[in-house]
Amino acid sequence: MQYVAPGRPGSIVTVAPRYENFIGGKWVAPKEGKYRTNLTPATGQPITEVPDSTPADIELALDAAHAAKDAWGEASATDRAAVLNAIADAVEQNKEALAVAESWENGKPVRETLNADIPLVVDHFRYFAAAARSEEGRTTEIDNDTIAYHFREPLGVVGQIIPFNFPLLMAAWKLAPALAAGNCSVMKPASPTPWSILKLLEVIGNVVPAGVINVVNGPGAEIGKALATNPRIAKIGFTGETATGRLIMQYAAQNIIPSTVELGGKSPNIFFNDVMASDDSFLDKAVEGLVLYAFNKGEVCTCPSRALIQADIYEEFMQLALKRIAAIRQGNPLDTETQLGPQVSAQQQEKILSYIDIGRQEGADVLIGGERARLDGEFAGGYFVQPTVLKGDNRMRVFQEEIFGPVLAVTTFTDEADALAIANDTLYGLGAGVWTRDGNRAYRMGRGIKAGRVWTNCYHLYPAGAAFGGYKVSGIGRENHRMMLDHYSQTKNLLVSYSAKPLGLF
Amino acid sequence: MSVRERIDATPAARAAIANVRAAKGGALMFVQSAGCCAGSVPMCYPDGEFLVGDVDEILGVIDGCPFYIDKKLDAAWGNPQFTLDVEPGEPEGFSLAAGEHLRFVTRTTTPPTGCTPR
Repeated sequence: MQYVAPGRPGSIVTVAPRYENFIGGKWVAPKEGKYRTNLTPATGQPITEVPDSTPADIELALDAAHAAKDAWGEASATDRAAVLNAIADAVEQNKEALAVAESWENGKPVRETLNADIPLVVDHFRYFAAAARSEEGRTTEIDNDTIAYHFREPLGVVGQIIPFNFPLLMAAWKLAPALAAGNCSVMKPASPTPWSILKLLEVIGNVVPAGVINVVNGPGAEIGKALATNPRIAKIGFTGETATGRLIMQYAAQNIIPSTVELGGKSPNIFFNDVMASDDSFLDKAVEGLVLYAFNKGEVCTCPSRALIQADIYEEFMQLALKRIAAIRQGNPLDTETQLGPQVSAQQQEKILSYIDIGRQEGADVLIGGERARLDGEFAGGYFVQPTVLKGDNRMRVFQEEIFGPVLAVTTFTDEADALAIANDTLYGLGAGVWTRDGNRAYRMGRGIKAGRVWTNCYHLYPAGAAFGGYKVSGIGRENHRMMLDHYSQTKNLLVSYSAKPLGLF
Repeated sequence: MSVRERIDATPAARAAIANVRAAKGGALMFVQSAGCCAGSVPMCYPDGEFLVGDVDEILGVIDGCPFYIDKKLDAAWGNPQFTLDVEPGEPEGFSLAAGEHLRFVTRTTTPPTGCTPR
C-alpha cells in the first residue's frame, strides 16, 4: 500500500506551515525569529519550516531543564518508569503516523519505520522503564559496624546531539536512559531531520513533565556548540562523525564532564564457506544478511559495508546475492513495497556517488549499480542512488572509508586467520557480522574481531538489552543496555559507622 | 610539524575563506572529518577551536588557514592529494558554512603508490 505524503489531503500526518522549539513543555518560537525550510529527500520539495535557533534558545531550554531537574530527579523510580511507559504507549498508539512522518523526512522506506524504527522506540522506553524500576543499589559490609551504601543519583541536565539516520530511534536511545536515571535533557536533532522528532513531541509532550525533554533545532556551529560547551550541562552524548566527536570530548574535558560518543564504522560481514553447505533457509538468511547493506539506504553507522566471502564460495554466493540485490525495489519511501528510498540529502547523494568514482579509479569492479538512480514523475527530484557492489581489495579507500550509502565493498579471504586480519584492518570497530554453521568458529571470530557488536548469524538487529558501542575510533561508551544508567548517573557512597567507639588517634 | 603542501584550493574556496574570515573577524582552520553521517567532509572552525595534537598532521596552509588531518586517517585514505572546494549545501557537524547555503568539501586524488594491495 502507499501512504499519502504528510500534509496532503487524506494523509494520516498533519503538517503545520511552521514548527517551534519544544521547551519547558511548550512550543516556543526561536528568539531571533529565524526559520529554515525542511525538505523531503524523496522529491526535494519542502515539508515545513523549522526554527533556525541561536545560542539564546539553548539557554532558554537549559533554564527549563534546570527548573525541572530537582522534581524529576527526586521522582520515585515508580513514577519515572510510569512516564517512560506512558511515552511508549503514546508512541505505539501513533505508530503509523510517526512511521510515515519519519519516512517522508528521512527517506527511509516506511516498511522499515513501521517494522523497525518505531517499534524499537517503544521497546527502548519500556526497557528503560523496567531498568529504572528494577534498579538496586549495592551495599558493602566493610566490617561489623561499618557499611558502604551506594546510591545512584542523577547527573542533572544533559546535552544530547543526535544524527539524521534514525531521527526517532536515536532520540529514544539517548532520551530513555537519561530520563530513566532521573536526568532532564536538552536535545539537538540533526539538521537534515528536525521535524519528525517534533511530531514525536506532539505525541509524547503531554505525558512528560514540563522541562524534562527540551528540543532545539538549528545549525551545529551555533547551537550544537552552544550546548556542548555549556557549563550548565552535566554530560554530553553525541552520535556523528569523528571531528565533531573529538570536539565534543574536548569541550567535555574543559567542563570536566563525561561524554559518550558514537562515531561510525566500516563493518565487516564475513561469510564462511559452510553457509553454502546446504541449500536451505539458513543460506537464504545469509544471502539476505549480505543484502542488509542496503537497509536504511546504507545510512547506518553499523552498515555491513565490507563483505568478506571465503574464496571457494565467492562466485556462487555472490551470484545469489546479486540476484537479490537486482530485485531491490527502489522508489517512493511511503510505499510499503519499497525497499530502498532516497538518501537523506543531495549532499549525501553526491558524496556517495563520488566514492563510487573513487572506487572505479582505484580499480574496483562495479558488479551492480554504480550510478544515481533516476526515477520518474514526482520522485525525479529525489536523492536516489542505485544499490551498488564494488569488488576490490581491503586497502582500497572504498573499504576504509564510511560511505554511508547503499554501497557494498566485497572481497575474498582464504581462511579464518585471513578473514580476521582483513576484518580488523580498519580504523573502526563498531559492528561486524559472522556467518557460519560452525559454532566454535563463530565464537572464535566473534571474540577476535575488535568491534563492540558482533552479530553472529544475523545482522542489523537492535533490541534493547544488547549493549551497543564502539571499539577504536568508533567511539566511547555503550547504548541500549541498562549499563547506560551508569553513564547517566553519579554514584553516591554513604560510608556509615554504627559503632560508638572513637578511633583513638587524637 | 613540517609543512608538506598536500592541499590546494579552488578559487571558489579561496573566495569563501576570505568571506568567512571577514564575517567572523578572524583566522580559520580546517579539520578533515571521517566516520558516521557527515564523515568525509572538511570541518571549518575559528582558528584554534579544534585542539590538534601529535596524532594530527598539517596538510598545508590555505591563505593563512591551516588544514589538518588525523595521521591514521590519512594513511587509511592512502595519503591522497587534497583540493578544498565549495558546493551548495549546508555545513555539517559544528562546521562554519562557506557562505549562504554553501559548504566546504574536499576532493582527493590518490597517488598510485598510495594503495598497496594486500
